[in-house]
Amino acid sequence: MKKPLLVLAAALLAAGAAQADTLNKIKETGKVVMGVRDSSGVLSYTLGNGKYAGFHVNLCEVIVNNIRKDLKLDKFTVEYIPVTSQNRIPLVQNGTVDIECGSTTNNQARQQQVGFALTTFVTEVRMAVNAKSGIDTIAKLNGKTVVTTTGTTSVQHLRKHERGAGLDFKEIFGKDHADSFLILEAGRADAFVMDDYILAGNIANSKNPADFKVAGEALSVEPIAIMFRKDDPAFKKAVDDQIRALMKSGEFEKLYKKWFESPIPPRNTNPNVPMSAALKAAVANPNDNPMESYAKK
Amino acid sequence: MQSTWQTFMQDRGDGITYVDWVLSAWGWTLSIAACAWVLALLIGSLVGTLRTVPSKPLQWLSNTWVELFRNVPLLIQVFLWYQVLPVVFPSLQKLDTFVLVVFALGFFTSARIAEQVRAGIQSLPRGQFMAGSAIGLTRAQTYRYVILPMAFRIVLPPLTSEAMNIIKNSSVAFAVGIGEMVLYAQQAGAELSAEVPAYLIVTVFYVISAFAVNRLMAFVESRVRVPGYVGGSK
Repeated sequence: MKKPLLVLAAALLAAGAAQADTLNKIKETGKVVMGVRDSSGVLSYTLGNGKYAGFHVNLCEVIVNNIRKDLKLDKFTVEYIPVTSQNRIPLVQNGTVDIECGSTTNNQARQQQVGFALTTFVTEVRMAVNAKSGIDTIAKLNGKTVVTTTGTTSVQHLRKHERGAGLDFKEIFGKDHADSFLILEAGRADAFVMDDYILAGNIANSKNPADFKVAGEALSVEPIAIMFRKDDPAFKKAVDDQIRALMKSGEFEKLYKKWFESPIPPRNTNPNVPMSAALKAAVANPNDNPMESYAKK
Repeated sequence: MQSTWQTFMQDRGDGITYVDWVLSAWGWTLSIAACAWVLALLIGSLVGTLRTVPSKPLQWLSNTWVELFRNVPLLIQVFLWYQVLPVVFPSLQKLDTFVLVVFALGFFTSARIAEQVRAGIQSLPRGQFMAGSAIGLTRAQTYRYVILPMAFRIVLPPLTSEAMNIIKNSSVAFAVGIGEMVLYAQQAGAELSAEVPAYLIVTVFYVISAFAVNRLMAFVESRVRVPGYVGGSK
């Protein structure tokens, strides 16, 4: 009775003490577990039947494939696991997901819990509204209902802005981005506050894209990055080196054009989102600065 | 750990602190549970009683009600009320989401209460109905003065469980965006990057609420007990 308990305790201690070593794990198992999102706009979305697509998914596929070549692995599989705003950080922390390729904002609070690669996308938090609603500024949200997705931080920016403008609005929450958009579509909310590319993606995939538009001033500028376990410098270096090389060779810009400025599956709609000045700056000068350093500018 | 708890004291950006917010979320949880409980008790008692009357159409009606609402998962029922019924009946679109959730939770629980009330009535000896007729009471009067007062005393313990369940079941309201405690745990947890403390806080609130109901019902039980019957001997 006592012995198995001791062994278990020793194993737990060892697991707690061991530093995350993702490269070694990939070498041993010949497998990488990629966290993806169902409806994170152009960055990561599902095509159905367990297939995932999007700029960040594609970028991660290129990165892990290059890492595979460096590790000289013959047998290699990529397993896709859909994650949500609420479970992505715990799943990365407990080792279920090796590399998260969704739409995670790199901020200081999260840096305490997980590691981030170099910034590969920069988003502005704005709002999607019904094109006929006449809402075109944040000030016009007074007395309106605003929807946002549970487990995201977008609504914080609106609240902070709210005080300055003396706004009074009602907050409701969708369980994921698709749900939040449905709430806007059904008229239960007047505006959906979220990252612009998610709004653009949801509008492009809606029944009547012409009925909705992205409006209002930017509430914040946020760097989005690939996420992995903290305290794994070898894996961070491997991923960062790949990103740096892609940015230097121009491959990164080609990937961006492929997803943001050309027709994309499943509907062959063109999102038409040219690279922002902030992302251009991040490509010219690769960095993993958190959101807070963007706000200071 | 000290600093983690202190982050909950901070302003969330619009003059409301995360502590204020959890209290408001608690209020939503209790309001949903209380409103749904009143609805469930009224409908459940009526439907449960109707399942024991001699009239076939009334029996059929009440059986259908029970089977309909207890065979569909609660989460699905909430979505049906929220997403499907307003499309079928446009007049429901005007109703607040809160009302729709109260209907969903109240009707779901009413089916369970109906079964308990039926069991309570059927556990009484048939002679009680006869005794009612013998002293000149109509069937409705027999229910009112003889059957139901005893049946409700008998089913108080399962009703206590049901009352505690309705508080816990109210957590499904998060799925349709009502700011109750599960939604608070998810949203405040994400905003503060403190998921674990957020869940711990709402767990404590759930325990307090459900246990308060438990004590309240125990008090009711002790006040209404009849010596010699279930729960009556102490």
